[in-house]
Amino acid sequence: MTAAGNTAYLQIEHLWKAFGEFHALKDISLDIKEGEFICFLGPSGCGKTTLLRAVAGLDLQTRGVVRQGGRDISTLPPSKRDYGIVFQSYALFPNLTIERNIAFGLENTKRPRVEIDARVKELLALVGLPDQAKKYPAQLSGGQQQRIALARAIATSPGLLLLDEPLSALDAKVRVHLRHEIKGLQRKLGVTTIMVTHDQEEALSLADRIVVMNHGVIEQVGSPTEIYRHPRTLFVADFIGETNKFDATVAAASVSFGAKAFRCAPHSFANGDAVVAAIRPEDIIPHGPGSRSPGAPDVVKSPENLIDVTVGEMEFLGSFWRTRLRGGELGDEELIADFSVNATRRLGLAEGGALTVELPADRLLVFPQGERHGGGH
Amino acid sequence: MAAATDILMPSGRALRQSLDKDELIKRGLLVVISLYLVLSLAAPLYVMLSKSFSTYSFDLAAFEFQVSDKLGNFGEPATAAALNEKLAAVPPEKLATSSDGRLPATSFFPDFSFRSPVKYKIRGTTDDASFLIGTQLHHGTEWQEVDSNTFRRIMLRPARALGLENYTTYFSTPTLFRSIQNSFLIALISTIFTVGIAFGFAYALNRSKMRFKGLFRLVAMAPILVPSLLPGIALIYLFGNQGMLKSLLGGISIYGPLGIVIGSIFFTFPHALIIISTALAISDQRQYEAAASLRASKWRTFWVVTIPGARYGLISAAFVVFTLVITDFGLPKVIGGQFNVLAVDIYKQVIGQQNFEMGAVVSVILLIPAIAAFFVDRLVQRKQVSLLSARSVPYEPKPNRRFDLVCLAYCSLVALFIAGIIGICQYAALVKFWPYDLSLSLKNFAFGRMDGGGWASYYNSITLSLLTAVLGTVIVFVGAYMVEKTEGFRTGRTAFHFLAMLPMAVPGLVLGLAYIFFFNNPANPLHAIYGTMAILVVCTVTHFYTVGHLTALTALKQIDREFEPVAASLKQPFYRLFTRVTVPICLPAILDISIYLFVNAMTTVSAVVFIYTTHTALASVAVLNMDDAGDTAPAAAMGMMIFYTNAFARILHVAVSKGILKRTQAWRAR
Ligand SMILES: Nc1ncnc2c1ncn2[C@@H]1O[C@H](COP(=O)(O)OP(=O)(O)OP(=O)(O)O)[C@@H](O)[C@H]1O
Ligand SMILES: [Mg+2]
Repeated sequence: MTAAGNTAYLQIEHLWKAFGEFHALKDISLDIKEGEFICFLGPSGCGKTTLLRAVAGLDLQTRGVVRQGGRDISTLPPSKRDYGIVFQSYALFPNLTIERNIAFGLENTKRPRVEIDARVKELLALVGLPDQAKKYPAQLSGGQQQRIALARAIATSPGLLLLDEPLSALDAKVRVHLRHEIKGLQRKLGVTTIMVTHDQEEALSLADRIVVMNHGVIEQVGSPTEIYRHPRTLFVADFIGETNKFDATVAAASVSFGAKAFRCAPHSFANGDAVVAAIRPEDIIPHGPGSRSPGAPDVVKSPENLIDVTVGEMEFLGSFWRTRLRGGELGDEELIADFSVNATRRLGLAEGGALTVELPADRLLVFPQGERHGGGH
Repeated sequence: MAAATDILMPSGRALRQSLDKDELIKRGLLVVISLYLVLSLAAPLYVMLSKSFSTYSFDLAAFEFQVSDKLGNFGEPATAAALNEKLAAVPPEKLATSSDGRLPATSFFPDFSFRSPVKYKIRGTTDDASFLIGTQLHHGTEWQEVDSNTFRRIMLRPARALGLENYTTYFSTPTLFRSIQNSFLIALISTIFTVGIAFGFAYALNRSKMRFKGLFRLVAMAPILVPSLLPGIALIYLFGNQGMLKSLLGGISIYGPLGIVIGSIFFTFPHALIIISTALAISDQRQYEAAASLRASKWRTFWVVTIPGARYGLISAAFVVFTLVITDFGLPKVIGGQFNVLAVDIYKQVIGQQNFEMGAVVSVILLIPAIAAFFVDRLVQRKQVSLLSARSVPYEPKPNRRFDLVCLAYCSLVALFIAGIIGICQYAALVKFWPYDLSLSLKNFAFGRMDGGGWASYYNSITLSLLTAVLGTVIVFVGAYMVEKTEGFRTGRTAFHFLAMLPMAVPGLVLGLAYIFFFNNPANPLHAIYGTMAILVVCTVTHFYTVGHLTALTALKQIDREFEPVAASLKQPFYRLFTRVTVPICLPAILDISIYLFVNAMTTVSAVVFIYTTHTALASVAVLNMDDAGDTAPAAAMGMMIFYTNAFARILHVAVSKGILKRTQAWRAR
């Protein structure tokens, strides 16, 4: 667990949420630092929204404590908490103009009118829509509406910004564009932000830290690279990016599948345990012929993990070739590898050809069989 | 990372959110409106139900007398029962009575004379026995001594018991029992005709390319704007004793089943049409294309695709019409003649014979079909919604000259019937003295000279309708908002929703009678509103509550659920969101509710007929009373006043709605 100590701005402790017999959240604990951008990532139904709504006080947790800025807000109603929120539907008030929408949270306070107007102008400029003030929401595009919803949520300068799948209703191009804007805005304001998403690309590109969830539990918390390079569970390895999986057995420092024992990343299993070995397609290194002989041009990090294979179907995916590898010491297994266009050309790879590949030991991860348990290194 | 699956949730109570001011206000409002519905609906109904099971009889063993000689020396006490055994003064069947029953104490003293110097004592043998001395009510076992002049003013009061006697009496009284048969027969025949005619009309509107559809729709809705008894008056003018077309009927009297059925078809037609039209409108074009591709004949397509598609609508319409007819009171009162029906029985029992318990029994019987219809309707609504899949393609009729002409002819005929009925009333209202002097004048509008409340009753109706429309809309909409947009407090919301649905299952006449029982009781602190305009408003709002509630719910459900959370996160009180966003968005629905309440308050007779007073006479009741008194022409004139008023209100409603729509076009644009 990330122990942020006293610096944690939002603390979630042993949170449970029960819907009748069903537990949507199970013993969730999480610390979020001030100014962090956190993404809740996970498959549909894993409890992301439920967790966010608990933090917002919209659907109270059954058990557990939530603290914000040191204040216990566990059972406070939404109006007594300090956050701005943006929903997937934007929830803009259709009968109010854009400026009245943004000003909604500012009016009814003791602020003078001119100050409110100035703040609305500032916010409109901030989200890049300075000349839309007099329009109604229905007259704007989805992306523009999303920005207005964002402007309305940050208008009162809340300490926490909650976003529930804010981009999922938009088409792919707009989504990528808006993603950058949200990140820029968050940096500029320094507001602690939690965003719910089931789009891993979105999470990887936006978050300071990602909270990967599955079946109501947190599988892993970490920076995007940490999550990607060092998944702690098979679920995380599988859910984020692509991965090859093999049923295997372990020995001290090796793992056997196909017809070979490979050296693997350190683990804590006992000899002979049944495990799953996993390696990402892009971690597999192709080598030219003769790379086994000493003094070959390629640097081989784990010579004992070199295997000779036959190249199967190759699929061009823009920046790389997705290649299926079979035969040799793989036995009946099939290995998927992503080779750069460069390497493919250099090695003259073609379907049906022979090839030597290396499965770098530190990239060959070992997980317990059965999807749900943590473990590994 | 711990393997969390192994951990169990710590035991203990689920956390509860602390409530903010908003939530407290919302719940408070919900409770207040619930209380309103309890007091204006549940409690009166309960009292009525218990009344129907209450029987009253004189318990002679509960009273004891002592008589003195001329010098004032009292003899042995004797119970009334013992005295009666000797004298047979009161036969056993006379002991059963109503809640108002009074038995003179002198019945047991045949040689009683009020001038005699003999003195009397009376007491109860139980604490519950009660008797009147003059107007003073006495209870209990204390001896009361009176002189003979006072003794003549002693009345024994009956004891109340719970039991089914009222029902047994009811079912063993052939004239009363026959009303059930009559009512069912009338309702059944009217239902078959109305649903059939309305289906044809709806079919023509939805499936043909005939002209004048808009005009037909307009005319078809006209019956909603007049009291249900108005067609009765028109039919009397046409076929009554002095009717111009009386000979057409060849001896059959219009007073009776024939008149009730024709009138019922008139006033229930728009209700059936709305339901069936909706059912036909949602049918799926693709099914017809499939049928066409299978080369099914038109006739076969009709039976295999159209009828099954509209079946829920037909069932629902049938139940609604059946209930409307069986619970309607005005029409059979005006044109029923000697033909007794349940609704008129209630009126006769209560107003004519002051037999409230029997009125309550008939009411309970009348509740049964109404409640059945209510549940069928709910069931059908649910089924129908699931029929309408998101991908349905609405049916688009193609021109077909012959078919379109047939439709046009049919709809013209129906429209002629409806317009004719109203036209006759209009004519009757303007003719000087039917059938002797057919010149036109406005003298029938001089209501001041007739019984029924005069112009004041018209102004009362306007007051009632405006108050009902304004207050009713506020109560209904706020109530629906609290149900739909409050988080948590589930039991409270479910209870409220049930209360709000209940009025639909309660016929107006039953509600009105229940109001007598509940409010006309000096022990009830709410007795003060009895006989005022306030009770009429309460009664009318409650009577028509459900449709407004459902309209409001439908509108509110279309609003984004996240508005409340957003407003709360922006620290804005809910009422600010309510006034600035929710109400403006729902304005069309709010206007619909208020016009619905207004029109119904203008035309309703059944609920208010029991609780109006001379100060609060209403136009619709005046129509009834003037007709009753033989002033049929003024009755028609008052009916037309109601029609003009409602027509004007409808036009105003359309104009205002259009204006609002225009003003809000910018933000409604998609
Ligand atoms: N009100 C409710 N009653 C019962 N079960 C619920 C309720 N709300 C959510 N759930 C269940 O809780 C689980 C988590 O739901 P949640 O909405 O948090 O998922 P999510 O991770 O946000 O998924 P998605 O990506 O589809 O939005 C789901 O299995 C869902 O069926
Ligand atoms: Mg979700």
